[in-house]
Amino acid sequence: MIDIGLIGDLYVFVLAGFLGYQVISRVSPLLHTPLMSATNAISGISLVGSLVVAGAGYDKISTLLGFFAVVASTINVVGGFLITDRILKMFRRASPATVGGPGPEHPTVSR
Amino acid sequence: MQRNVLQLFYLASAILFVLGLRGLSHPKTARRGMFLAELGMLLAIIGTLLHHEIIDYRWIVLGLVIGTAIGAPLAIWIPMTAVPQRTALSHSFGALAAALIGISEYLRHGAALGSGKVGLIGIEVMLGSLTFTGSLMAAGKLQGLIRGFPVTYRGQNVSNISLLAGMLALIVALMFQPAASTLFFALLALAFLFGVLLILPIGAADMPVVIALLNSYGGLTDAAMGFMLDNKIQIITGSLDGSSGFILSILMCRAMNRSMTNVLFGAFGKVQEQPAALAAAAGKSIRQVSIDEAAEILGTTRSIVFVPGYGMAVSQAQHRVRELADALKGKGAAIRYGIHAVAGRMPGHMNVLLAEANVPYDELYDMDQINSYFPETDVVVVVGANDVVNPAAKRVRASPIFGMPILEVERARIVIVCKRSLAPGFAGIDNELYYNDNTLMLFGDAKDTMVKLATALKQ
Repeated sequence: MIDIGLIGDLYVFVLAGFLGYQVISRVSPLLHTPLMSATNAISGISLVGSLVVAGAGYDKISTLLGFFAVVASTINVVGGFLITDRILKMFRRASPATVGGPGPEHPTVSR
Repeated sequence: MQRNVLQLFYLASAILFVLGLRGLSHPKTARRGMFLAELGMLLAIIGTLLHHEIIDYRWIVLGLVIGTAIGAPLAIWIPMTAVPQRTALSHSFGALAAALIGISEYLRHGAALGSGKVGLIGIEVMLGSLTFTGSLMAAGKLQGLIRGFPVTYRGQNVSNISLLAGMLALIVALMFQPAASTLFFALLALAFLFGVLLILPIGAADMPVVIALLNSYGGLTDAAMGFMLDNKIQIITGSLDGSSGFILSILMCRAMNRSMTNVLFGAFGKVQEQPAALAAAAGKSIRQVSIDEAAEILGTTRSIVFVPGYGMAVSQAQHRVRELADALKGKGAAIRYGIHAVAGRMPGHMNVLLAEANVPYDELYDMDQINSYFPETDVVVVVGANDVVNPAAKRVRASPIFGMPILEVERARIVIVCKRSLAPGFAGIDNELYYNDNTLMLFGDAKDTMVKLATALKQ
């Protein structure tokens, strides 16, 4: 029941999870909203599976289900990347002159 | 295209995705990072389109066009205050796609899949379907289409847990009887139902956790789809996405000092009895100020911290807050913003709204950074925040928010609270901050008040 392919996939899954934990932990809390929209966009990768089902001409039902899956994943890919960029464009730094007075450390930004 | 070459395309995409997410560690590198991620997606799509099994491009092109026609406007024109519901909606789309592909795989191969693959499809379809309806519910609550109030009934947790057990039992049964499509469709129906029931008892104020959690489910669904199709790029992406959602939901829970179980099964903010210690505070009186008095105080101070909350988002006051801040800067004050992790309806919500209003990101501070600064702060202006500044979280053991880390605004010299009325926040509890000697209440709509303050300052 458990074949070699599945074990290989499991390796990939677990290691990618650890990598994700490390990378995401370093994301600035400032950017948690764009992080979510970015992972939304990237999760639209289900498009690759959907494309094959929609285009392989297996049978009518598969093609139809594949077609709807392509629509749904494309919404995520296109919409996700567009809104992430729209949000990130808004984050800008002040010109140094406007920041006045002594203040707390700002590790989020200075890192 | 050769299968091996396609895998190389996918490997490149996976690397670009990871580099893209790493870019988000700083606002300066974020856009470049996202460009890399976009490139990765493009590579994956182009590679797949050359897949040897694809013989007919008509439905593919139509799907891509329709998806773009829906996705692009949704991203370009929605207001920033609606980003939480857009995010929830896109979780539901992603989950739907995965569920549909799972269904098509099962219908096409049926019993020929063998018990292992059918088990995987079962898990994928279950996760996909419950994330689909759950995210739709969350989006509905955030948009106000469904009442945001938690819906509870007797035996709710017992019925939900037995539903979950029922679905898992169906998956096991399917593994023994892969041909029994009735079991498969029963699983599908239960999963759709479960998604709805899971979100019913969760109140609007808990949405940051729920959105993050649904993000994580969405990732797991993707990974399950990758397992089913033996497609590593989907496994990697699903795993990254899943861990991202997981980390965010943990951070949000920590910011509320609550466990995941408590958020999911606790029905926060439904019926809260007024703790005795706070009822005593009701006997105390508040000190109210007028616009002119408040403007006079603000006009003569050196350091000011704004503390925004969901109320600011509701009245769309972020631009007016920034204009007031500009006027104060003109008078020589240093301006900062203190942001609590669960202020708003999704992780990072307040940061985005303030950035939209042209507030530079180096003026935005999270809780740990700003708390040590409050004792040196002259005036804190609380705009539409309530529970995240309630000192009861530190002192009153009986309070439902006891233990929640808060912004310790009361340690500043003066606190000005802009608020519509004395009504309690989402946790349904009174705020003793309002009765402190150094707290001044400024009643009125947040946007209105900001405009009036800025005008009064200019005179």
